[in-house]
Amino acid sequence: MTFFSWLSMGGYAAYVWPAFGIVFSVLAYNGVNAYRNYRAILKQLRLSYETSHAPHS
Amino acid sequence: MSLWTLWYRLTSPKDFTYVASACIPWLTVSCLLCLAYGLFASLYLAPADYQQGDAFRIIYVHVPCAFVSLLIYGALTIAALTSLVWRVKLANVFVDAAAPTGAALTLLALVTGSLWGKPMWGTWWIWDARLTSELLLLFIYCGIMALKNAFPDKRQGNVFKNTFVLIGSVNLPIIHYSVAWWNTLHQGSTFKLLGPSKIAPAMSQPLTVMLLAFCLYAALVILLNMRNAVLLECHRARWVGTWLTKRDS
Repeated sequence: MTFFSWLSMGGYAAYVWPAFGIVFSVLAYNGVNAYRNYRAILKQLRLSYETSHAPHS
Repeated sequence: MSLWTLWYRLTSPKDFTYVASACIPWLTVSCLLCLAYGLFASLYLAPADYQQGDAFRIIYVHVPCAFVSLLIYGALTIAALTSLVWRVKLANVFVDAAAPTGAALTLLALVTGSLWGKPMWGTWWIWDARLTSELLLLFIYCGIMALKNAFPDKRQGNVFKNTFVLIGSVNLPIIHYSVAWWNTLHQGSTFKLLGPSKIAPAMSQPLTVMLLAFCLYAALVILLNMRNAVLLECHRARWVGTWLTKRDS
């Protein structure tokens, strides 16, 4: 099987590749988004934690 | 430690955050490994179907999406009941965190089913029992998400939302048995977790790996979302500061 015959998916490339593409784009977006939110929360927590524990001048 | 103490500890926001933070890296690695092998096996190793050709490969994303969308709703039902009966706060956090993941997977099951239906059935959509009940599941998920902040009184809102989850669970057996109860265009179940499957091992093995990968993915994203919610809710608690210092050191 050549690379191009595999890519053509027996003539069903227009259905198989979009199906896999859409699923993995949505899954990746959801996962990355949840992790990015976590990073943002950590940043916010550190900031509030540092200000509340800052030594009085 | 008794089972009751373990349950009590795991449902406390503090212990949950520690346990979730320990589980997340393992879940990420195992999910990525399963996905990598599952993708390779489903797109390359599995043989083409004798009738459907390579179009059948859509099964490797369609079935896991549909299966996990139902699995999440099952878990949502248990969580809603736990929240209503025992007022466990974390159960509520679970409902809020899992609903968007469930909705995304339901939508993906519908879209991939549509992409599979066009070349095989000759139509993108038909008002068949399986398709309609899965669409209803999507609407129910959207309803749960909409109810999250719909009430000014959060406690009252949670009671309403969890009752809605319980009522919506009636749809679960309907989706599962729709292909058996009605004469539908959607095929009957080819893959069974318990009992013999109607699918060849060379085709079912990649499907099992993909099912596992999607379950791990759902667990990972739900845990990430739950931890985010817990940290935001408890940001003033002393343990969050300790957890943060331990994490950074």
